[in-house]
Amino acid sequence: MLFDILLTASFWAAAVRIASPLIFATMGELICERAGVLNLGIEGIMVIGAFSGWMAVYLGMGLWGGVAVAMLAGMLFGLLHAMLTVPFGLSQHVVGLGVTLLATSTSYFVYRLILPEVTSPPKITPFQPLEIPYLVDIPLVGPALFAQTALTYAAFAVVVITAVTLYRTPLGLAIRAAGENPGAVAAQGLSVTGLRMGAVIVGSGLMAVGGAFLTLSAFSSFFFEMVNGRGWICIALVVFGAWRPGKALLGALLFAGFDALQIRLQQTPVGQVVPYQMFLMAPYILSILALILMSRRAQVPAALMQPFNKGER
Amino acid sequence: MRLEPIANPGLGRRLGFPAAALVVTVVIASLLAAIAGADPLLTLGLVLKGAAGSKFALLETLNRATPLIFTGLAIAVAFRAKLWNIGAEAQLYAGAIVTVVLGTSVLSGMGAAALPIVGLGAMVAGAVVLLGPVVLKTRFGVDEVVTTLLFNFIMLLLVSYLLEGPMKDPMGMGWPKSAPLDRALRLPRIAEGLRLHWGFGVALIAAGLVWFVQARTTLGYEMRAVGLNPQAARFAGIPVNGVLVKTALLSGGLAALAGFSEVAGLKGHLSQDLSPGFGYTGIIVAMLALLHPLGVVVTAIFVAGIFVGADSMSRAAGVPTYIADMMLATGLLLMVLAIGLTKFRVVRG
Repeated sequence: MLFDILLTASFWAAAVRIASPLIFATMGELICERAGVLNLGIEGIMVIGAFSGWMAVYLGMGLWGGVAVAMLAGMLFGLLHAMLTVPFGLSQHVVGLGVTLLATSTSYFVYRLILPEVTSPPKITPFQPLEIPYLVDIPLVGPALFAQTALTYAAFAVVVITAVTLYRTPLGLAIRAAGENPGAVAAQGLSVTGLRMGAVIVGSGLMAVGGAFLTLSAFSSFFFEMVNGRGWICIALVVFGAWRPGKALLGALLFAGFDALQIRLQQTPVGQVVPYQMFLMAPYILSILALILMSRRAQVPAALMQPFNKGER
Repeated sequence: MRLEPIANPGLGRRLGFPAAALVVTVVIASLLAAIAGADPLLTLGLVLKGAAGSKFALLETLNRATPLIFTGLAIAVAFRAKLWNIGAEAQLYAGAIVTVVLGTSVLSGMGAAALPIVGLGAMVAGAVVLLGPVVLKTRFGVDEVVTTLLFNFIMLLLVSYLLEGPMKDPMGMGWPKSAPLDRALRLPRIAEGLRLHWGFGVALIAAGLVWFVQARTTLGYEMRAVGLNPQAARFAGIPVNGVLVKTALLSGGLAALAGFSEVAGLKGHLSQDLSPGFGYTGIIVAMLALLHPLGVVVTAIFVAGIFVGADSMSRAAGVPTYIADMMLATGLLLMVLAIGLTKFRVVRG
């Protein structure tokens, strides 16, 4: 039974599809944390990304225009988070949760302003699968990896860009140093504040694109509660990936694989016996288990959650 | 731009910035109302009227404040020790589940005398739910923010399962809700004819007790020490992990009382919409109160008033009710900034 599922191409395609929003948001969070800032605004920023991207398209913009709007909205809330946590050094926990509440309620407020009476949200035409010639004919791997929407391909590109930037460029070195030893960065004459703020703003933009994936590629409309804890799961994925883009990607794919599996298991005889809520719980329990498993080995950025103030010694 | 700590902030500074935060929040809320096409002053008036304009409105606000006092206290206690309990929602539901289980089975025949036992049972459940993430923190160093958050989702699914399965009310006409609590186990009203139940009274007592523990006991001192500087606390011989566990038991228990009081005082049964996010709103309540237990009572009534007032305003003026959440989130962020600015001065260069 398990094998039957694992041998279908649709299962692997679903796993990659489910992973895509997580990949964007996980990379976003990873960039923030590598610079030393925990961004708990992620959940709300994904909501505002999902909402604003969809709303832009609904109001007549193109799909890529929607992605750009989502990204800008995310960066705006990222700027707010960065202003409060970096130069002012306020509690990253409280600010993050505040940003999540603000971004979520803003999305709902504007939604109700524009669409006061609707009960079922209007649909848009989402991104369509883009088959890559020849590669799509490879069994299992082909349909899974090479018949996805453009946004999924972009998600994988973002991983590569993040990894190369962080590990192969002076900018990446400076960002990582800001998260490990900000004093040394300042001694080099670089601005820790600037690096951290930049990282949070760019990271938040990516989180919002992850949210926009939900409305512009996975589903075709916006629902309340549609992000449903995905942001928190991405924070767990960053820890699981030991703050490394490649490992975090692997974590997101693994996680999405389990998610795709539980959906399919619900339709099997197992699903007749076990209540569906237990299947839905699995991803959250899995995240907690992953955190426990990785907690001892993980290389936490040394200055994570530590505000840096140039004047202090 | 950098920050320079101020050794002894004056009273003007300590009151001025939070007051300014409140004013700016109201200004922003007025702007939002204007954006929604309503008259800002009229909207504000409608919110006030809906929250406190009549005896009925005021009692409704106090009823809504009751669970917020409990969750606000739960979070104030935890945050004071820098234990980031974001899972009050899960603990609330744990308390509600136990209240219904005890109140519809073993204790249902015992009458009102069993109420304290039910409450205590609920508290134990909430404490246990928070104990999990805290042990993961002290034993494995797993960040409790993420684990408590994830527990909220797990608990909601558990409630959904229980209400569709073992706890489903056979007389519920197919609605996913539990069987009703025994009449004798309902919290009585504070006064005859007043729509306010004793949960509010218990909440006030709880706030007083928490204040006493924090201000007048060794445990309270240790909690503050752990929150201020865990390394220093450990060096001073305070068993940091032990204090965190005790804090968790208290915090989880308080949050669970919110579930107990909502079931036994207001709804009478468990349903999936028992809490419209009381666990999360408790964070705002606690932060606005600067984590002071008696302040929590004031801010909980204030926050409840905004929700109740916004609901009735929304019906009358057509401004989406989510304006309340936006206003509170803005207020939270501005208040955190204001507190930061009382302790630091911004210097150029």
